[in-house]
Amino acid sequence: MPGQTLVEKLLSRASGHPVHAGDITIAKVDLAYVQDGTGPLTFRMMEQMDLVKAANPQRSVVFIDHSSPPPRRELASDHVYLREFAAKTGMVLSDVGQGVCHQVAFEKFVRPGDVVVGADSHSVMGGAMGAFATGMGSTDVAVALALGKTWLRVPETLKFEVSGTFPRGVYSKDLILRVLGDIKTDGATYKSMEWGGPAWASMPMTERMVLSNMAIEGGGKCGPQPSDQETKRYLKEHGREADWKEIRPDEDAAYESVHPYDAGDLEPMVARPPQEDNVVPVTDPSVKGLRIEQVYLGSCTNARYEDMKVFCDYMKGEKVAKGTRLIVVPASKEAYTRAMKEGLFEILLDAGATINSPGCGACPGVHLGIPGDGEHVLSTTNRNYVGRMGNPAAFTYLASPATAAATAIYGVISDPREVK
Amino acid sequence: MGRAWKFGDNISTDLIAAGRYYHLRSNLPELAKHVLEDARPEFAGQVKPGDIVVGGRNFGKGSSREHAPVIIKLAGTRAVLAKSFARIFYRNCINIGLPAIVVDTDKIAEGDDLDIDLEKGIVHDRTRGIDLTFPPLPKVMARILEEGGLVEYIKHHGDLVVAGT
Repeated sequence: MPGQTLVEKLLSRASGHPVHAGDITIAKVDLAYVQDGTGPLTFRMMEQMDLVKAANPQRSVVFIDHSSPPPRRELASDHVYLREFAAKTGMVLSDVGQGVCHQVAFEKFVRPGDVVVGADSHSVMGGAMGAFATGMGSTDVAVALALGKTWLRVPETLKFEVSGTFPRGVYSKDLILRVLGDIKTDGATYKSMEWGGPAWASMPMTERMVLSNMAIEGGGKCGPQPSDQETKRYLKEHGREADWKEIRPDEDAAYESVHPYDAGDLEPMVARPPQEDNVVPVTDPSVKGLRIEQVYLGSCTNARYEDMKVFCDYMKGEKVAKGTRLIVVPASKEAYTRAMKEGLFEILLDAGATINSPGCGACPGVHLGIPGDGEHVLSTTNRNYVGRMGNPAAFTYLASPATAAATAIYGVISDPREVK
Repeated sequence: MGRAWKFGDNISTDLIAAGRYYHLRSNLPELAKHVLEDARPEFAGQVKPGDIVVGGRNFGKGSSREHAPVIIKLAGTRAVLAKSFARIFYRNCINIGLPAIVVDTDKIAEGDDLDIDLEKGIVHDRTRGIDLTFPPLPKVMARILEEGGLVEYIKHHGDLVVAGT
């Protein structure tokens, strides 16, 4: 038997016996969660199964983030049902104002070695912690919540090895967009996207999170990353150092394919509508200079304190261009509070930004920045499908916070390397 | 028998169940009136019970919203055929008892009259007079689908009892 990939290690532990790619196994679930768009259906399924209970209430979380605070009566009433169900079953409630499920889960709950199942596709972000984290539908998560386990096929692994040094103005968002452009939106379907290499090892956790977050954009089942000293530092920063343990793939693990990337070769990238893999460098004439009516800095992908800091490093002393709106939605209360305390809100407000409360905001198209017909949006989010931001007649371009800042300053899609 | 409704590659769950109808997620019959609206606006109003959704590559990509396959089923659709499926959507289909079948859909045209034999693994295109075969589901998924979905499966077994299958 060859050694094990990260996902094989993680699922072996959760299965109680060694597993390899292709095996079907029942895994113990260490953390399960729902959000307000998928939770009501999850809980109705639990009622139908006559399983109104949580196997591990303190490791079962109900997040109110997608329509938070609710813009409509129907959504407010869904929230009433979620709160009541959480109270009845003893599940943890993360209510209005706390932030996006994946971000809050990462700050407070996800541990290295965990199996994490979330009723939201971007649950894969937990992989950056050295966990197996995947998104599932409401009924699968209903079973995971009630029984504390789920069935899984152990996926084959695509290994992404990153070397070199990131040039100024280039971030992990540019790397993952470049990868998606190469493998396409179904290039990792049913697969694990594992990360490693010297440039990966030098990345701060908040940059690593972007890589796992967008594994689903390649169709990936999970995007696990080793748990190392940086993981330990992040946990310590969040008062959870005791949760740390080292997790690495075996040297002789069997990969389906290995994909080397040199960070030094990367440029700021933009994903054009209507797909995340429709990617070009920011210098491409199809995007550079394109008029942008709304710059959106938000989502579980790129709206942490560190993302707002990068954005503000470009934006400081500048104004948002006439005819362009800047909307900022911090990913969590932690991000919101730190940005406020460390003076980022002042920079953003001076520039002309609108800052909304933590949550998913306009990313899934519910509220807080739906674009108008024919408008173009430059967004730090993860999807640019037709209708994604709530209007099928608008156009969303995906990029990093740095590219978003350059674009906000000039009002057209701009190269952050050309700012100052 | 069912009429084929053809869709292209990369039909996202946003095209199936758009974010602007988020507030209808606890009112599924109402949400179903907008199924696939941004891909083919006429679909929801014209689909007949027993009709079949026929996609291309990577059908159901994107979010985990189970509402997407639920409203395809609620609209009367009997099965979804595609060259390939996004993982979460595929699993959701089986969990709610909606057959999701991987076949070469290039051979099927809009409006074709289709018959599906799940046991034998054959899609019969009556219009074209051809049979398209498809591989069986993994055992665990076949069991869940046979029993009418994951809710019925759990009600029957009280547990996940599929290890090693």
